[in-house]
Amino acid sequence: MVKAIEATGIPVVHICTIVPISQTVGANRIVPAVAIPYPLGDPSKTPEEEKVIRRAILEKALQALKTPIKEQTVFN
Amino acid sequence: MTYKIVHYINQFFAGIGGEEKADFRPESREGAVGPGIAFKAVFGKEAEIVGTVICGDGYFAENMDEASEKVLKMIAAFNPDAVIAGPAFNAGRYGTACGAVSDAVGKKLGIPVVTGMYPENPGVDMYSKDIYIIKTSDSARGIKDAVPAMAKFIMKALKGGSVGSPAEDGYIERGIRVNCFHEKIGAVRAVDMLIKKLNGEEFTTEYPMPVFDRVPPAEPIKDMKNALIALVTSGGIVPKGNPDRIEASSASKYGTYSIAGVKSADEVAYATAHGGYDPTYANSDPNRVLPVDVLREMESSGEFKKLYDYFFSTVGNGTSVASAKKFGAEIGARLKKDGVDAVILTST
Repeated sequence: MVKAIEATGIPVVHICTIVPISQTVGANRIVPAVAIPYPLGDPSKTPEEEKVIRRAILEKALQALKTPIKEQTVFN
Repeated sequence: MTYKIVHYINQFFAGIGGEEKADFRPESREGAVGPGIAFKAVFGKEAEIVGTVICGDGYFAENMDEASEKVLKMIAAFNPDAVIAGPAFNAGRYGTACGAVSDAVGKKLGIPVVTGMYPENPGVDMYSKDIYIIKTSDSARGIKDAVPAMAKFIMKALKGGSVGSPAEDGYIERGIRVNCFHEKIGAVRAVDMLIKKLNGEEFTTEYPMPVFDRVPPAEPIKDMKNALIALVTSGGIVPKGNPDRIEASSASKYGTYSIAGVKSADEVAYATAHGGYDPTYANSDPNRVLPVDVLREMESSGEFKKLYDYFFSTVGNGTSVASAKKFGAEIGARLKKDGVDAVILTST
């Protein structure tokens, strides 16, 4: 899906936990997530702390979308 | 005994003509024609090319069902023991025709059949699961290797030999798994492989990964403050009750749902339809997969202009690449039309 959407010329950032799969499939902008069942959260934390985690990942995602790249890039 | 073989070729290899003769209709001839003569030399007395069926690539491509049927009838008329098609190398329409003919022969006549193609021939994508396609080079220069390989394969099949692995018998993987006993257990083989990998030595995986095509990176967003951003997920978050009945695995569809005015993907209104991970955490706070709450805050504070009014969701669990491609293409087309500048796609 990432590639088919990006093929229209719209940049896509893929937020995912298993980065190697995303790389194999061919996402160009990749932001690692927390865990498979909660990519943008962490149930062991308070809801407020979770939001901080979520925001940090999304900030990184926006940063990735602003960054010119020539090849697959993981934004750690 | 001498086996009777029929050969299928196109107008070019039959010496009838090039592109200008691509509309050549199916025709049957006695004996070997064109590359059939090379096969004849390899077969010697073991097999004989009793007939050759020829069809123009253009005609075949434009009338696939009709052409297949006609060619099949002409092949059957020779009452052969086996059929050879091509090799087609990297010729797309010829490869498709060889694939269609081979598939029809295998399914309808039930006799051994083999063709040959370059791995990137579109005929491979279409037929490699159904037929044996010997791997060839991309042009007719590779005929001296292709002919003996195809001949060897078909003779083995005719003599009742069982088909070996793709590497042993030189054909393109069909995606068939065969159980066998190995002298070493899996753990030992895995460690052997790992050691070779660590030592930088060559090793052969027992589970090759599919090769995926690539899309060049799109241009970045220059003006984030004015950007319209859309949210897409393969994590299966849907309005509670899963109105589109998106399947928990092998999804055949995706959903398009309005989030206009929605401040948070809360647990009252949303849940996951995904059957491939523990849904406890996504269901107790769907924002963990579909981060609407924080994106709304970022939208309010002006980090980007607007979150697109709809989100798209499917279940990425055993979903075929073909389905995912189709979903992506449809979603992309809609987002493009609506002037979306960038996409955040979350996966579980």
